[in-house]
Amino acid sequence: MDADRIARTLTRIAHEILERNAAPGDVHDLALVGIRTRGVPIAKRLAQLLRDIHGGDEVPTGALDITLYRDDLMRHAVGPQPVVRKTEIPFSIDDKRILLVDDVLYTGRTIRAALDALIDFGRPKAIQLVVLVDRGHRELPIKADYVGKNLPTSPSQSVQVHLVEVDGRDEVEIAG
Amino acid sequence: MKRLLKGGRVVDPANGRDGVFDVLIDGDRIVRVGRDLPVEADVMVVEVPSGLVVCPGLIDMHVHLREPGQEHKETIATGTAAAVAGGFTAVACMPNTHPVNDNAGVTEYILKKAAEANLARVYPIGAVSRGQDGEQLADIAELRQAGCVALSDDGRPVATALLMRRALEYAGMFKMPVIEHCEDPSLKAGGVAHEGYHASTLGLHGIPGEAESIMALRDISLAELTGGCVHVAHMSARQTLDAVRYGKTRGVRVTCEVTPHHVVLTDEMLVLPIPYDTNVKMNPPLRASEDRDAMLAGLADGSVDVIATDHAPHHYDEKHVEFDRAPFGITGLETAVSLCLDRLVHAGVISLARLIELLSVNPAKILGVAGGSLAAGAPADVTILAPDLAVTVSVARMRSKAKNTPFDGWQLRGGVAATIVGGRVVYEGVGSLLQFLPPAL
Amino acid sequence: MKKDLLGIAELSSEEIYLILDTAEAMREIGQRPIKKVPTLRGKTVVNLFFEPSTRTRTSFEIAEKRLSADTLSIAVAASSVLKGETLVDTAMNIEAMSPDMIVVRHAASGACHLLSRICRSRIINAGDGMHEHPTQALLDAFTIREHKKRIDGLKVAIVGDLLHSRVLRSNVLLLTKLGAEVWVSGPRTLVPAGMERFGVRVSTSVEEAVADADVIMMLRIQQERMQGAFIPSLREYFTVFGMTAERVARAKPDAIIMHPGPMNRGVEIASEVADGPYSVILEQVANGVAVRMAVLYLLAGGPEGE
Repeated sequence: MDADRIARTLTRIAHEILERNAAPGDVHDLALVGIRTRGVPIAKRLAQLLRDIHGGDEVPTGALDITLYRDDLMRHAVGPQPVVRKTEIPFSIDDKRILLVDDVLYTGRTIRAALDALIDFGRPKAIQLVVLVDRGHRELPIKADYVGKNLPTSPSQSVQVHLVEVDGRDEVEIAG
Repeated sequence: MKRLLKGGRVVDPANGRDGVFDVLIDGDRIVRVGRDLPVEADVMVVEVPSGLVVCPGLIDMHVHLREPGQEHKETIATGTAAAVAGGFTAVACMPNTHPVNDNAGVTEYILKKAAEANLARVYPIGAVSRGQDGEQLADIAELRQAGCVALSDDGRPVATALLMRRALEYAGMFKMPVIEHCEDPSLKAGGVAHEGYHASTLGLHGIPGEAESIMALRDISLAELTGGCVHVAHMSARQTLDAVRYGKTRGVRVTCEVTPHHVVLTDEMLVLPIPYDTNVKMNPPLRASEDRDAMLAGLADGSVDVIATDHAPHHYDEKHVEFDRAPFGITGLETAVSLCLDRLVHAGVISLARLIELLSVNPAKILGVAGGSLAAGAPADVTILAPDLAVTVSVARMRSKAKNTPFDGWQLRGGVAATIVGGRVVYEGVGSLLQFLPPAL
Repeated sequence: MKKDLLGIAELSSEEIYLILDTAEAMREIGQRPIKKVPTLRGKTVVNLFFEPSTRTRTSFEIAEKRLSADTLSIAVAASSVLKGETLVDTAMNIEAMSPDMIVVRHAASGACHLLSRICRSRIINAGDGMHEHPTQALLDAFTIREHKKRIDGLKVAIVGDLLHSRVLRSNVLLLTKLGAEVWVSGPRTLVPAGMERFGVRVSTSVEEAVADADVIMMLRIQQERMQGAFIPSLREYFTVFGMTAERVARAKPDAIIMHPGPMNRGVEIASEVADGPYSVILEQVANGVAVRMAVLYLLAGGPEGE
């Protein structure tokens, strides 16, 4: 996927979000939480798109670091610990319709950790999952509500999402 | 039986000898020393391989044998076994046993145990004060009669100037030196290491060098006042050496000793290689490199009289504790010769003859005991050194009961080939190449 | 990170920054409605305190619980020691129950080094004798960085009983590693030997030490030091070294005042200073939890280079 394709995909997702949350008051309850690292810029872009399309107030956007909730921490204690970064959710998630945003959906373990983390912040009305790429190979019963693109891959391959905010360019590539 | 030690390098500073000589031993006495002595019929010849050194038996005038009372640390049997393995034919043992050697009964007990062990000669040192408590003089004449050769309250200083004065005066009647553990207790306070940068980084209470030198100056002044003999034990601080030099220039009868560890190690060992290693905790503490260098200079220029080990065996459990709680002291008998040969002789600090002076001639002189000489008629106490032997210090192979040494694993050049006490070979080093027994018929 | 946290001496400046950065993330957890993450689930942490301590022990306990570790605290002040059990035996008995980490407070300098050599568990030094108190220095650095945005180039004045203070040693090591200009001040009787070799400026004039300082860090004067004749009286100490508003006025206008606690008001610090606007003393306490969470988290990973 190139930059243009990514932009069009996100616009499409924004429209889908608005369709799915069309009941009165729903849009007002929406909030975006990006999973660090690359879920965060995607969430911010979606916030902007939602505002562009729908108008009104900016959708509150936060950043979630799931490191402390990972299920593989300490299981094989070799090497240094993963770096922990700040979680910044500057709003109450209680009774919000949370759009949880990540770049790639793979085994589902990151999303599991993110769900656990979110619940520690409050009790949202609903959590919907947004991913730019779904590459399959789920290990947990998790399914995205909005998928930018389904990319069938083999487990030996890796899917790299590059974003301008982090990497200087927008591109999705499959390696290996 | 007569034995002829043939063809070794004999280093015998007391008699001005340093060269290839033969030494003829008859029973427990040396009978002749000369070049190419004739081999008579009844003489067993021991060829001394070139490179080995025959010298008067080494005397360690400062050891703790721990018996009676602390046999879990060391016994007279294990301590003297360690001594002969370290090349020492005689040791003088400090009185801080339980009970304290402040009466003839304890002295006799020590001598009886030494006779049973029958290895190194043991010269007991009696306490200056009864119970070493610094109050009242011990029965010094009785101690002398029982066999004590010197007096000391080692482990602590003689408590007051007045008591020290009396001790010097009284001991002088019996020609006994007072060996002083120089330390001002108030300056030592709770100190466990040399007061300096390294102790400060580790948060250990320091002991300044002046804690030692102040007491040495007191004692030197009192020796001058009384005409008595004071011997400064285990000198560690450069200020103390200056004090001793000052006393000597004034003609005071003061002598002094250093330990191998104080001339080899510095307080940097507190930090490296093992921080808080209790095997570098001793009293006096390892000092700064300036102090160490001063001691080396004192060895070279003759200001230092004796090298003594302050062999202080402790049980493993006692040292396996917090640094503050560990007892002071390390073993020394089995590492002294190798350390001195490697770090002093091979390093060019002193000559081999000077080392023999420090380890044999002068201790004999100060204690007023036989030895320190290979003259005809002297006891056949002989140490044969292997100055070029490659030695790896191994606590596992030590004869001492205790293993508290920081030198384990050190590789040193120089060791002991054999130790002969009263004509008997009591120790023979592995691979010494000496053949003390006639070939089997 | 190495296996244990024995002192700042063993940490590189990179490791110090990693701990401080991680602590930034940890602090946010304390602001959540549910102040707990599952990170150290199933890990056992033993707080082994041979010296009484309220602040440090509580701080460690909260940090451990917020990371979901199973934690228990043992005050060994009396029980085992009085029965003659050695530190090594006490530790080996706890070790036999397979804890993952042992947080140790002990009156003897080097106690943690000793335990580090015999324990498989990770040892965290919570203060050993007069040696180090690394988590205190880390939380101090965290607090300083929060206010000053940097540590490099700051002038930090540390005033008080330098001789007996483990907080001093850890702070001096940390602050000099990170490039601060450190001044220490206290009565000549309470200055450790060789202090200059720590890379600090030593002054017995508290006025000189605090002049233009960005940070003033007070050390506690312990009443028991009076017996050692280190200082004539607490009253005189306050006259000569006590941190008064006049002395604080010599520092930079935005200088902060720190104290590791517990404070002796009217001895080393005037109440008006302790409670003044420039005092960050309670922030230090709050930050302690985040910093200790960071240390616990980072040490729980695999050992490096072993």
